Amino acid sequence: MMYGFTYDTSSRLAYALSILPILGIGLIVTLEAAVAGFVFALVLGLAWSLLRRSRIRAVSWGAACIVEFIRDTPLLIQLFFLYYVLPDYGVILPAFLTGVLALGLQYSAYTSEVYRGGFDAVPREQWEAATALNLSRFRIYRDIVIPQTIPRIAPAMGNYAVSMLKETPVLSVVTVLDMLNLANMIGDRTFEYLVPLSLVGLIFPIMTTLCSVGIHALERILPKAGVALR
Amino acid sequence: MNPPLIRFTDVNKRFGPLTVLDRFNFAVQPGEKVTLIGPSGSGKSTVLRILMTLEPFQEGTLTLGDLSYHEPNGRGPFMASDKHLRDLRKNVGMVFQSFNLFPHMSVLRNIVEAPIAVLDMRRDAAEARALELLRLVGLLDKRDQFPSQLSGGQQQRVAIARAMAMRPRVLLFDEPTSALDPQLVGEVLGVIRTLAHEHDLTMLLVTHEMRFAREISDRVCFFAAGRIVEQGTPERIFSSPEQPRTQEFLKSVLTGQG
Ligand SMILES: Nc1ncnc2c1ncn2[C@@H]1O[C@H](COP(=O)(O)OP(=O)(O)OP(=O)(O)O)[C@@H](O)[C@H]1O
Ligand SMILES: [Mg+2]
Repeated sequence: MMYGFTYDTSSRLAYALSILPILGIGLIVTLEAAVAGFVFALVLGLAWSLLRRSRIRAVSWGAACIVEFIRDTPLLIQLFFLYYVLPDYGVILPAFLTGVLALGLQYSAYTSEVYRGGFDAVPREQWEAATALNLSRFRIYRDIVIPQTIPRIAPAMGNYAVSMLKETPVLSVVTVLDMLNLANMIGDRTFEYLVPLSLVGLIFPIMTTLCSVGIHALERILPKAGVALR
Repeated sequence: MNPPLIRFTDVNKRFGPLTVLDRFNFAVQPGEKVTLIGPSGSGKSTVLRILMTLEPFQEGTLTLGDLSYHEPNGRGPFMASDKHLRDLRKNVGMVFQSFNLFPHMSVLRNIVEAPIAVLDMRRDAAEARALELLRLVGLLDKRDQFPSQLSGGQQQRVAIARAMAMRPRVLLFDEPTSALDPQLVGEVLGVIRTLAHEHDLTMLLVTHEMRFAREISDRVCFFAAGRIVEQGTPERIFSSPEQPRTQEFLKSVLTGQG
């Protein structure tokens, strides 16, 4: 019995069907973590890439070092650090939030690279035209540069979103009740791991395939809607 | 004579080891229409780009009206703060060889973006003014198109309207027709000709269209190797150039143009 659902172990199929609603609850947690983590990665990555373009040498250099460091340390270590070490310094975060922060932090290093490529691809002439019109740096980024990078960076960002989704099961090690964690707990109680783990293992490729199909559809639809993907 | 609107005094401009402007002196009166001609690499674009604050310079002084391109207490030119640069740019607009319209914005939005953001104009007032300018450049029917849907000549006419929407005192044109197919040059020159009738607008034009330069300019300056070798009224420069280098240059471009 979990979340009010009982396990029916009379047959494999009945067992699978009886635990699907439980895994569904975990799936929602998984998706929430992935979406929240990726939004955080998008925002933080943008901040990194803007800092790296700062005209103040120390700022751009510092941001580059931090990004490199984040990229070069394993996600699991960052996760443990946030979850087990920060409380020693009085920062106690709920497991879910810790997981979202760790995912977002790690992926912000990747998204900042994508942003950087996008910014570099905007021709210098666009900056000059905008400067000649006396637009402020903030306006130039917001209204001229970033909108022009979006169609260019969208496919790469989509791919990172999918791979982040696939990494969310690591959150189960810090007690987040995601799909994998629930599958494990079901196994612990029924002494039957094959079915729950297989189901989780199947749900991921189904989700990533759906995402890929969605991304490809966007890549077809956007150019027709007048948004050029370069 | 009035005090000049633009004054370069002993301006030095280098790109690394390459000296592009060497103690450059140049003054432009308010409302004057000046054409810069000269061989490739002589520094014509650099002069315009310095005026537009797109390019720093190393020594000398440059003033526009009563604003200096130095920060008053700054350490040398172009240590100016962003705020000071933005005050300077209020007076200057620029039209580029490659148009440089914003590809993700409609024609109308290209024109109203800066007046709304920088001059704090209300959208309806900015749009009314933009439509006026689009009528002036003959593209009223293209207001909702995107740059990629326009010909080069049309894009350049939008770029001119976009620059004019900021009501600059000085408008800089850097080879505005050099990137155009020959049959599209005329429509852009036509718009520039109209603007040249505006008494208060100061114009600096870099062009290889000698006939056009002769027609609209008050003064023609011949550049070579970062200096003005010879300048004067178009009649004098084109009919009786004194310097051998000017004669040689004019001969080469005029035979090229037929
Ligand atoms: N960003 C830069 N870095 C290095 N050298 C530059 C740069 N911009 C211009 N130069 C050099 O400065 C010199 C003057 O260039 P400028 O563009 O002002 O010439 P121009 O008279 O406009 O020539 P053109 O008729 O070819 O446009 C050239 O030798 C050019 O190679
Ligand atoms: Mg040039």
